[in-house]
Amino acid sequence: MTQTAPAIELKGISKAFGPVQANKDISIRVMPGTIHGIIGENGAGKSTLMSILYGFYKADAGEIFIQGQKTTIPDSQAAIAAGIGMVFQHFKLVPNFTVLENVILGAEDGELLKPSLAKAREALTDLAAEYELKINPDAVVETLSVGHQQRVEILKALYRQADILILDEPTGVLTPAEADQLFRILNRLREEGKTIILITHKLREIMDITDTVSVMRRGEMTATVKTAETDPEALAELMVGRKVLLRVDKQPAEPGAPILQVRGLRVVDGDGVERLKGIDLEVHAGEILGIAGVAGNGQSELLEVLGGYRDATGEVRLNGDVIDLTGKKSDGQSRRKRGIAHVPEDRQREGLIMDYHAWENVAFGYHHDAAYQSGILMNNAAIKADTERKMEKFDVRPPDPNLAAKNFSGGNQQKIVVAREIERNPDLLLVGQPTRGVDIGAIEFIHQQIVSLREAGKAVLLVSVELDEILSLADRVAVMFDGVIMGERRASETDEKELGLLMAGITEMPDKPIIDAVEEQLAAKEAREAKQHG
Amino acid sequence: MDLFTILQVLDSTVRLATPLLLACLAGLFSERAGIFDIGLEGKMLAAAFFAAALAAITGSVWLGLLAGIAASLMLSAIHGLASITFRGNQLISGVAINFLAAGMTVLIAQDLFSQGGRTPSLIGKGRFEPITLPFAEEVIDIPVLGPIYYELISGHSILVYVAFLMVPLSWWVLFRTRFGLRLRAVGENPAAVDTAGVSVVGLRYAAVAICGVLCGIAGAYLATGLQAGFVKDMTAGRGFIALAALIFAKWRPWYALYACLLFGLLQAVALRYQNIDLGLITLPVQFMDALPYVLTVVILAGFVGKAIPPRAGGQPYVKER
Repeated sequence: MTQTAPAIELKGISKAFGPVQANKDISIRVMPGTIHGIIGENGAGKSTLMSILYGFYKADAGEIFIQGQKTTIPDSQAAIAAGIGMVFQHFKLVPNFTVLENVILGAEDGELLKPSLAKAREALTDLAAEYELKINPDAVVETLSVGHQQRVEILKALYRQADILILDEPTGVLTPAEADQLFRILNRLREEGKTIILITHKLREIMDITDTVSVMRRGEMTATVKTAETDPEALAELMVGRKVLLRVDKQPAEPGAPILQVRGLRVVDGDGVERLKGIDLEVHAGEILGIAGVAGNGQSELLEVLGGYRDATGEVRLNGDVIDLTGKKSDGQSRRKRGIAHVPEDRQREGLIMDYHAWENVAFGYHHDAAYQSGILMNNAAIKADTERKMEKFDVRPPDPNLAAKNFSGGNQQKIVVAREIERNPDLLLVGQPTRGVDIGAIEFIHQQIVSLREAGKAVLLVSVELDEILSLADRVAVMFDGVIMGERRASETDEKELGLLMAGITEMPDKPIIDAVEEQLAAKEAREAKQHG
Repeated sequence: MDLFTILQVLDSTVRLATPLLLACLAGLFSERAGIFDIGLEGKMLAAAFFAAALAAITGSVWLGLLAGIAASLMLSAIHGLASITFRGNQLISGVAINFLAAGMTVLIAQDLFSQGGRTPSLIGKGRFEPITLPFAEEVIDIPVLGPIYYELISGHSILVYVAFLMVPLSWWVLFRTRFGLRLRAVGENPAAVDTAGVSVVGLRYAAVAICGVLCGIAGAYLATGLQAGFVKDMTAGRGFIALAALIFAKWRPWYALYACLLFGLLQAVALRYQNIDLGLITLPVQFMDALPYVLTVVILAGFVGKAIPPRAGGQPYVKER
């Protein structure tokens, strides 16, 4: 008897984009019926490698073997034919199509839709029963929760008879309960003999569910180990190349007077949908308030209102003084003057102008600063000197003020934004997703800066979808769901499980299985969305 | 107003709505696939000229029609090349096509016929003649229904019937076939189509080609059906009105029919009633002539509820990393 062939074997895969070597001589073997994790920092080349496997890119060198057969994958069609299904980080769904239409797209049986739709409806029923992938086939995709949209992506792959399923950062948008449900499904798929590749940057997921794990760093595969024989610290070291601190060191908070007081804050967006439904919160001096929640539950709107670029009703006080929520005195400029600094959620769209130099970006928002002026002109030399100083202090690499923002890595871009805002010594710092797309080394640094601002007696409002980050940074945690604050907890007195329920809109421990309660909440939310949609 | 007058206005409505409808459906296919086409006007104009020119030279309106479609397809190919293959700006490409058609038609017309940028008047087999449907003569004496059949339904050229049949056909293709599903998907999220292993470029070229054929028929109808020959700028903004109708119709074939009939009616009324006496004031003919365009502006300004265009419209597709 011969040994079973690996489901996927890559030999010596290399791929360069211009001077950047995204994948360097990568070899990997994934055995059938296993879950194989690929972990690495942003830009380590994980996604590129999977894109090669899915026919999006052509490798410069190397060979691909699927089920022992040498295979070339020139396009997605070939990948699908080879039994590979991919669930992208950003879903590839047609938002205004139904689930059924999305499932058959590209895998129709003939010129006419009717028979294909009927067949898919039946297949979906079978798959739902087999893998706990329940979904309403006639629901319009954009009315579904993110977790359910992901389910559609998995169903799409299974409908195409995929034996190998690649998931790219699948839990980034899920509540912890939904993530657990996803892992249940993945376990089920593994039992049925499917092979799964899980790409993630979350060490805990790797430890929880994978059989083997490969670590990538700067385009190279640094190690492949059995999950049972490793631990998070060792993996982190392999990812970064040095020892890293996974926990934030900080003293217990000593909150002082309230800095920010928010009462009955409401926001209605352009479509007439109420995004914030009466938010009350307080942030005290020397305290970090973390806002947890799945993306899209009003956190972005909250930051935009406080940052001064979205109108709202209600009352917001800073150091006891009311600040305008509409009109001329409610813009980013006025907010900054009053001592509110803002590190926006999307640094590439809101935090920086990517084509502009670092020094220009450092001046943005503070370009009226007297130190930056020389008569009626801007004192560029002064700005550059100031930028250089900030870059050094925040360890931005390379420390070159004349480099365009887009030429820095994600972590260094974020350091530029954080440096610009924190160095103004604000009374209140608004931070959205401070470490999204940021490498572990930079995460450590940015976290320390936020904590030291707190130690200096300032207030910090932190919005993050990463529960780990909230739990390790924040002193108090408020959880948002569907535009309301579901509850507040002391970070030291709560855990992921409790916060996870609040994130799904559940305030009391349900007497039924948690996942059913979560599903119920999500179904109710979807029904509301569908109503607004129709 | 008697039945006869009403029927005459409606009859004229049908004829005036025909080029709008064809152009509107042309735009519908293109925009549903994510390619904005501001060049409908230019394509119609080029098709009108080449149809009239070939019909004048050969004496065959059918050869004229083919020439019109070919001319429009050529311009479509240019638009496709610019906006799909080279990922250029779709609006600029469309504007360029409009200018190209406006100048080129007159230039070639003057060179060929030396009649001040027009073609000779088309006669006989050089035009699409009205078709009398079966039993039209026999039923004319039946009250109401008879005249409706005779005046309104019967007695149009073949292209009018083609245009109206295109409505259910377009609906069926878009919503009942695999091609239609993929075409709609590529206008909403081309990445979904690409990852499903279907060619985005191929689908978009197909859509642009359909757009070219329909614009070709529309232009040919203008010069060889509605009128007898080509004159300078004879499309008179119909391509733009068709675009407005498309927004009005929210990119749906049946709504497109209603929108185009509405615009056709306005044009027909303006044509028939030069000055409308409302008792207190008299609406001058210029007002009626301007009304379709005024309505276009009002519609484009978003007065008519929310119209959501295809999400990927106007964006060239680039594979992301």
